[in-house]
Amino acid sequence: MKIEFEINNTQKILEVDPARRLLDILREDLDLTSVKEGCGQGECGACMVLMDDKAVNSCLIPAGNVHGKNITTVEGLRSTEQYKTIEQAFLDAGSVQCGFCTPGMVISAEALLRKNPDPDEDEIKEALEGNLCRCTGYNMIIEGVKLAAERGQGLW
Amino acid sequence: MVKGYRPDSLQEALEIKSDHATSIIAGGTDLMVQKARGTGLKPGLKNNPLFISHLPELRKFETSDKFIRIGACLTLSELVEKGELPTPLLNAIDEIASIPLRNIATMGGNICNASPAGDTLPYLYAADARLLLQSIHEERVITLDEFIYGPGQITLESGEILTDIIIDNKAYDFNFYKKVGTSKGMALSKLSFTGLVNFDGDKISEFRAAFGAVGPTVVHSPKIEDKVTGIKIENLSDIAPEIENEYRKIISPIDDSRSTREYRLETSLRIFHNFLEEISNY
Repeated sequence: MKIEFEINNTQKILEVDPARRLLDILREDLDLTSVKEGCGQGECGACMVLMDDKAVNSCLIPAGNVHGKNITTVEGLRSTEQYKTIEQAFLDAGSVQCGFCTPGMVISAEALLRKNPDPDEDEIKEALEGNLCRCTGYNMIIEGVKLAAERGQGLW
Repeated sequence: MVKGYRPDSLQEALEIKSDHATSIIAGGTDLMVQKARGTGLKPGLKNNPLFISHLPELRKFETSDKFIRIGACLTLSELVEKGELPTPLLNAIDEIASIPLRNIATMGGNICNASPAGDTLPYLYAADARLLLQSIHEERVITLDEFIYGPGQITLESGEILTDIIIDNKAYDFNFYKKVGTSKGMALSKLSFTGLVNFDGDKISEFRAAFGAVGPTVVHSPKIEDKVTGIKIENLSDIAPEIENEYRKIISPIDDSRSTREYRLETSLRIFHNFLEEISNY
């Protein structure tokens, strides 16, 4: 099946099996390896990407549902001021340990701040509900998002 | 290579459905997990996929004085954003999985997946939701009792697509929703319960109760509900033991990875007891 979609601000046309997971297309065909596979069943959030500005689990999305969509991974955010703000906040708050969950956390943080630039703690927790971390515990990640929101006033 | 269908209209989708054996994919959040075969491998769908979640006809949301008509392929997040859903249904959706999953999962998918633990289902049963099924030849409206007959078992005919969910646009005087899971986020239900009540003065004029994940399909009983309907609120506690016992007879949970038969039975009845107490104190 031919699908046309925007990936990190570039228009792509791919001939793919319609049932293939977006996760596999991103990692294997497009070398976008910030997108991780953890559980493969929509529970851990390591494979999170932005689809039309919303965080989604790419392991649950078949290629046929990607047609016409706008997909963004961490690779596509890296040069933005917003990303740099989140990155520095995560570093300063100690939000990263092994790093495997981090791209997913960043995507969830970015999706939250696009929608709600001034979230309270409960809203941050809800936004991160779908991201599991097995190292740091969540407090430092929540702190990281809080710090990014504080420093990024006006960015989102 | 597997062929996939991505029609531009509902009419085209119905024609494909009528002419070919297909696996319908809406959001994909259940199917992609059930059919997953591992990293790098495409999910093992039985038939060629028919993608419908983008179809504008299935993404409509209409309200009138009497009804709310929900397009089967609106995502759970989109439904919450509409701000017009009944409170207990909103509460149920709010506790489903996580934001990213709700951004892709659809209500039509939750119904057609027909899991006894589907969290929108108890409300839809309690509120007498109807389903609009369309094929190229006809359309029919059926109840959830007629549609779901077992775990994952539905009476969708081969050429049919679930297009809309229709609920009455009415508020209840007392709404009750409770889900028991291992954590607030991401947990699949061990069990859930929805109760809806209307009062007429000091009487209970309408009484609805539906239990999720404690039987092969959602457990509810118009017969038991009728026994409560019409009685005075102050007399509810007198018949409560009898009513609870009636439900005990029809609740038939299983042991699985999420919980045990005994826990599900006792906890769902305790939640129901609590529901009755709250009505008495209303």
